[in-house]
Amino acid sequence: MKYAYYPGCSLHSTAADYQQSIDSVFQRLAIELQEIESWTCCGASAAHVSDDLLPWALPAKDLLKVEKMGLEVVAPCAACYNRMRQANHKLRENAELRRKVNQVLQAEYHAQVKVRHISDVVVNEYGLEAIAKLLKNDLKGMKVVCYYGCLSARPQKIVAFDDAVYPSYLDRLIRTLGGDPIEWPFKTECCGGSFSVSKKDVVLKLTRDLLDMAKDVGAEAVVVDCPLCQFNLDFRQEEVEKKYGGHFALPVFYFTQLLGLCLGLPGEALGLKKLNVDPFALLERKNLQF
Amino acid sequence: MKIVLDDRARVFPAQISEMIGQNIDGCYQCGKCTAGCPVAYTMEIPPHEIVRLVQLGREEEALASHTIWLCASCETCTSRCPKNIDIASVMDALRILAFRQGRTQAEKEITLFHKLFLQVVARFGRVNDLYLMGKYNLLTLNPLKDWRLGRKLFSKGKLRLTAPAVKGLKEFQDILQRVQASEAKRP
Repeated sequence: MKYAYYPGCSLHSTAADYQQSIDSVFQRLAIELQEIESWTCCGASAAHVSDDLLPWALPAKDLLKVEKMGLEVVAPCAACYNRMRQANHKLRENAELRRKVNQVLQAEYHAQVKVRHISDVVVNEYGLEAIAKLLKNDLKGMKVVCYYGCLSARPQKIVAFDDAVYPSYLDRLIRTLGGDPIEWPFKTECCGGSFSVSKKDVVLKLTRDLLDMAKDVGAEAVVVDCPLCQFNLDFRQEEVEKKYGGHFALPVFYFTQLLGLCLGLPGEALGLKKLNVDPFALLERKNLQF
Repeated sequence: MKIVLDDRARVFPAQISEMIGQNIDGCYQCGKCTAGCPVAYTMEIPPHEIVRLVQLGREEEALASHTIWLCASCETCTSRCPKNIDIASVMDALRILAFRQGRTQAEKEITLFHKLFLQVVARFGRVNDLYLMGKYNLLTLNPLKDWRLGRKLFSKGKLRLTAPAVKGLKEFQDILQRVQASEAKRP
């Protein structure tokens, strides 16, 4: 298996642990990721609120490169994934916009590249049965809530690769790993995403609601596949406690970190030390080697 | 409030309809978008009322609202609308117009962050968190904002002091310039 790879800006900074665990896990699964040469930002949450050409031109610039590579492209960040899917959709539907975008690119992008979320590739393409055969450890009934967030679920017709209201692909993965994914109502609620800096109060409130619910249903950890969700739930957790009281101590794992542990990969290869809320007490409790 | 629905009042809804590729008059004000909006609690005008303002041609109120900036683009509204109105795109259209008219006073910090984000991308090709945060903190006169967080991120290796230059940056910047030039030609 081989894919073009668009890491996105977060994977080089605040989500360095996500990148590290992806590298290790994909090597073990023998899925080759070929990084797009000199890729640039997708425009994230800023381009589509500022301009009516930029948010379509930015993803198209790199998708054009993928078109030439003749591969499907994988994005680990829900925001990049969302923007690339939305750009493709819009450019396919709107010939006039496609003409304008191609004009600024000075090239011909046909909007036919298939954009895949990294979880979609792991769970649906590589498959849970194949993963089950490679497992060296199991999560020993670790109770987790899988949190999917907004951007890989909505808009439904353009980005969703599972049920858009109540997805279960991460839950199914966790069950395969021997964990206990708990049903909870906030799977696709919003964490405030990019407001983490410019409207922190909103993020703290939404994150508090999520952490409260996770704790209420008895979760020992949260599992995510989006760097923005991870950042808000993990790195803002202490501030939430300070502002609203309570003590959560809920580690927030990327799904690739737990998958990696169960594949027998060492903690250093999965960036576990880069998590903010200490995950090691929980892993020790579950007798998981790291 | 007395509202006169003359030809002039139809200009704005027509403009937004054109921008979102849908007829905004399709909205019958059921309020489902507002019911599901995670940020509605902090909005002075809820999302369905913003749509109503657009339908009535109340450009002033819509563009000056906090609401358009507080929208987190989670797309819950769009995915639930029984009339399939893409409310999230309505918010984008309003924000684009507000930016073009320089009407960013309602939420200075959010709009500043968007602007700086794109400036950083234009300069480096990718987001440089340290540069973005530093500049944002300076311009909001809050240089120590999140310094503990920054220190922690740095110690975890999640904040790099320098990022390797993106190859082909010049070609990327040329594309951005052509985007800008095409904007300048817009009526």
